[in-house]
Amino acid sequence: MAAPITLITGTRKGIGAHLARHYVALGHRVHGCSRKAPEWSLDGYTHHEADVGDEKAVRQMFAAIRKSEGRLDHLINNAGAAAMNHFMLTPTATAEKLLRTNFLGTFICSREAAKQMKDQGSGRIVNFTTVAVPLRLAGEAAYAASKAAVEELSRVLARELGEFGITVNSIGPTPIDTDLIRGIPKEKIDQLLQQQALHRMGTFDDVTNVIDFFLRPESAFVTGQTIYLGGV
Amino acid sequence: MDPRVNDIVVRCMCDMGERYGLDLGGGPMRETLLFGESGLLDSVGLVSLIVAVEQEIENDLGVSIVLADERAMSQKHSPFRSIGALADYAASLVSAEQ
Repeated sequence: MAAPITLITGTRKGIGAHLARHYVALGHRVHGCSRKAPEWSLDGYTHHEADVGDEKAVRQMFAAIRKSEGRLDHLINNAGAAAMNHFMLTPTATAEKLLRTNFLGTFICSREAAKQMKDQGSGRIVNFTTVAVPLRLAGEAAYAASKAAVEELSRVLARELGEFGITVNSIGPTPIDTDLIRGIPKEKIDQLLQQQALHRMGTFDDVTNVIDFFLRPESAFVTGQTIYLGGV
Repeated sequence: MDPRVNDIVVRCMCDMGERYGLDLGGGPMRETLLFGESGLLDSVGLVSLIVAVEQEIENDLGVSIVLADERAMSQKHSPFRSIGALADYAASLVSAEQ
């Protein structure tokens, strides 16, 4: 069987870098992107310097993957940005940045991936949301709203792309020790963990476990779903 | 108009005809209606044709265009109503990119 072709956005560091290593180890040919080149490299991994909110750059990346691989099996829309601020003190520019990276980035990448997956009659798209959506976390209005948009996008895409054999699902991680939450005070994180059924931080492996499930061939009948970690 | 664009649109429509068992009569012509009451395609068929034309133009001409852009959506007469209209619209985008 040919190696699956997997595109992961936001691979320079954090969960994205972990996912890239994980799927290379499983025998996938992995493509990834970020605005800057990562400080690591790996056999079986190809990096594209692209901002997911830049439509032209994203289209160039998909054209390059189509040319080199001829197909695309999986898209993992991991690239994301976060900001924590009281709503009344959140600059418009911050809200725009979060919507561009989190929502528009997922929108553009999913659209271009679906165009490639359509003719194959199969494909998997996995999007990233957050427990900040169901927990309605104060201080994360713009971030949670941008991820709520991703969740709804996923549910509608599941219906529009189902007839092409493409599934679209979302994972909502709890806080994980990455740069994304580095600026959040410890007591805020502790309060959040207390709202989970399981009161601990998430791990990279918790995330890959759920994504593995969504990508499995046996999961072809699972679409439009959101799985939150930690029992949220 | 770049005749290669017309050829690509006709070729993609022939592929669609084979794939979906469409009655193209004597073959796709510029006047062949794509969408609407007398059109050959349903909404998913039209999406598939548009995506195929975009990809073939990129493959054959090395030009990346987006057919379903805001200008297309806001026109009084849809550029997707017939093969001729689609070919003309695609050719105008290719020309603008070159």
